[in-house]
Amino acid sequence: MRRSVIAIAAAFGSGIIFGLGLAIARMIDPQKVRDFLDFAAIPDGGWDPSLAFVMGGGVLVAFVGLRLNRVLARPIVAPAFQTTAKTRIDSRLVGGAAIFGIGWGLSGFCPAPAIANLGIVPQSVMLFVAAMLAGSWLTGEIAEWARKPMTPKPQAVAG
Amino acid sequence: MENFTPLTATIGGVLIGLSATLLWAFNGRTAGVSTIFGAMFPRSPGDVAWRLAFLVGLPLGAGLGAAYGPDLFAELPDALPEVGLGPVALVAAGLLVGVGTRLGNGCTSGHGICGLARLSPRSFVAVGTFFATAVATVFVMRHVL
Repeated sequence: MRRSVIAIAAAFGSGIIFGLGLAIARMIDPQKVRDFLDFAAIPDGGWDPSLAFVMGGGVLVAFVGLRLNRVLARPIVAPAFQTTAKTRIDSRLVGGAAIFGIGWGLSGFCPAPAIANLGIVPQSVMLFVAAMLAGSWLTGEIAEWARKPMTPKPQAVAG
Repeated sequence: MENFTPLTATIGGVLIGLSATLLWAFNGRTAGVSTIFGAMFPRSPGDVAWRLAFLVGLPLGAGLGAAYGPDLFAELPDALPEVGLGPVALVAAGLLVGVGTRLGNGCTSGHGICGLARLSPRSFVAVGTFFATAVATVFVMRHVL
């Protein structure tokens, strides 16, 4: 089979396993996510620590899995391992994360569970997913526009 | 803690870690869902196919898990997720998540699972920040308003 076909199949499989994990962990339920974020409910026993176990399980496996580049010269069906070159902790990172957290707390949805719910209760999450795409796209366009140097328009020569 | 489901939470987390491992080993890419989704209009067209494949698989797997998970695990409820927000609040939250994850270059999967696993300082800062504002938002919604 062609490399590119296997690469697409692997990404498809990765998506399926991700969605399966979210559903088994019940992170598809925004109420359950907010029950974790509700720290004020700890004293009266209404707190649900499940999300911490999801993160713990995921980070532990990924801690080993994402170090496979130390034993593999290159990915099985791709030319190179790709990671971000960004190392700077700036206001964009902190501000963006802060804005994301407000939307996450408000709805109980972060991107993966919202998209995953398109396979469970699509009519309930369609608006959220569309707004998320619009927000991300618009931010990307504005960032791209701001990154471009201001080039002065060539002056029309009178005469 | 009557709704605490440690077994399925851990199994689900492990599956998410395996998903990230698979994408890394085969494609050399990070399983950061906001980036995969938000960059659907990438400037390099070679990235569209695998991203679409991942984004189609995600709801398929979730649908399977929601349908058969409750039969496998007694602690899993058999109820459909409920959003519990009106359309205006839902759109506002979606916009905040879209703008914030694009600005901050990641969400709960990219920074939360993959970035922490990589011990990335940027991800530690991002995760601490979005958990803090999410906790504060839920506090205001449930205990102040």
